[in-house]
Amino acid sequence: MQSEAAAGSRAWHEIVLAVLKANDVRLVPYVPDNVLKPLINAVHADPFFTAFATAREEEAIGIVCGAWMAGTRGIVLMQTSGFATLANVLASLPCAFQIPALMMISERGTLGEFNIGQAMVWRTMRPVLEALGMEHHVISRLDECEFICDRTIKQAVMTQQPAALILSPLLTGGKVVNPPKA
Amino acid sequence: MSQTPTTAHNAKKMYRFDLMRRLTARLRNEEAVIGGIGNTNFDLWSAGHRAQNFYMLGSMGLAVPIALGVALAQPHRKVFALEGDGSLLMQLGCLSTVATLAPRNLAIMVFDNGVYQITGGQPTPAAGSTDFAAIARGCGLANAVWAADEADFERLVQHCLETDGPHFIGLKLDDQPPVSQTERDPAQIRDRFMRGMGARKSKLPG
Repeated sequence: MQSEAAAGSRAWHEIVLAVLKANDVRLVPYVPDNVLKPLINAVHADPFFTAFATAREEEAIGIVCGAWMAGTRGIVLMQTSGFATLANVLASLPCAFQIPALMMISERGTLGEFNIGQAMVWRTMRPVLEALGMEHHVISRLDECEFICDRTIKQAVMTQQPAALILSPLLTGGKVVNPPKA
Repeated sequence: MSQTPTTAHNAKKMYRFDLMRRLTARLRNEEAVIGGIGNTNFDLWSAGHRAQNFYMLGSMGLAVPIALGVALAQPHRKVFALEGDGSLLMQLGCLSTVATLAPRNLAIMVFDNGVYQITGGQPTPAAGSTDFAAIARGCGLANAVWAADEADFERLVQHCLETDGPHFIGLKLDDQPPVSQTERDPAQIRDRFMRGMGARKSKLPG
């Protein structure tokens, strides 16, 4: 594992970008999120990647599954509420067909969430991942970011199973608004 | 073709299995074909398995996105997405994504019988009022058309094979049931398709 000093010189999204490149993950469909903005900007700026927005997260899962079967690796970027739209397609496409669909989920709804809708839907994320038996890891520390991302992607590919990487507000700072004064 | 333009209202209602046979008979260059769930991929299967066919199971509405992923990964291979009207209705946003990315090697065919045939023939909310080719044009797929009849379908398939897309063809169907059902073995289907795409080599026979 890398030292904290080495990790500390790069932001989480710079580490993620490097890991995606090192693992030849090129296709990045996404439904945007404020926390993911620096990563989204970075994949758009780098010609190594094909990055674009989709109308729904389901659509993006279909795209990376099709691309994988034709020889190109991809990852879907989304936020917690987007993940909550996915149970059916995850179960019947990457899980049933054994396709290593990769997801990176910006975790909304916890550790200072201001939107009760996000907080409510957050409760469903881990139970759904566990019910589907899907490999998932939370990244909460900068010094663990490279290891978790890299190993999760490699395991997904080698075992032909989908996997989710959850970006904790502990890592990203999350999306914060100040509470109104009483 | 007739003098009047083909619309959702005057397009001939055709037999899905016959259209599948006509389509696959014209595929000579290992074109990928993604069959949407249920009766759409059942009739693709019944028309004769090809190594480049993928048969969905669940994930209703994802035939076009899966085909888009294949098309982006292999820009020199023609890719056909075969989707039902009820399925497309679940994922209309994908037409905007296709129009924006504009993959030249992608062709979308919508098999429109106006009903959820596999669940007992209940009309979709789109039946009788929605024009899928018009929706596709509104999303930016400017050349989206309805096939007038079988001869027009054959002409349009050839047009998809010979010219850059993305293409969109609407097909009105009669109410005949599928001929048989696809073998439901997703891991095998995925493995065979990957071999058909040249994305996997294996010493395991098959």
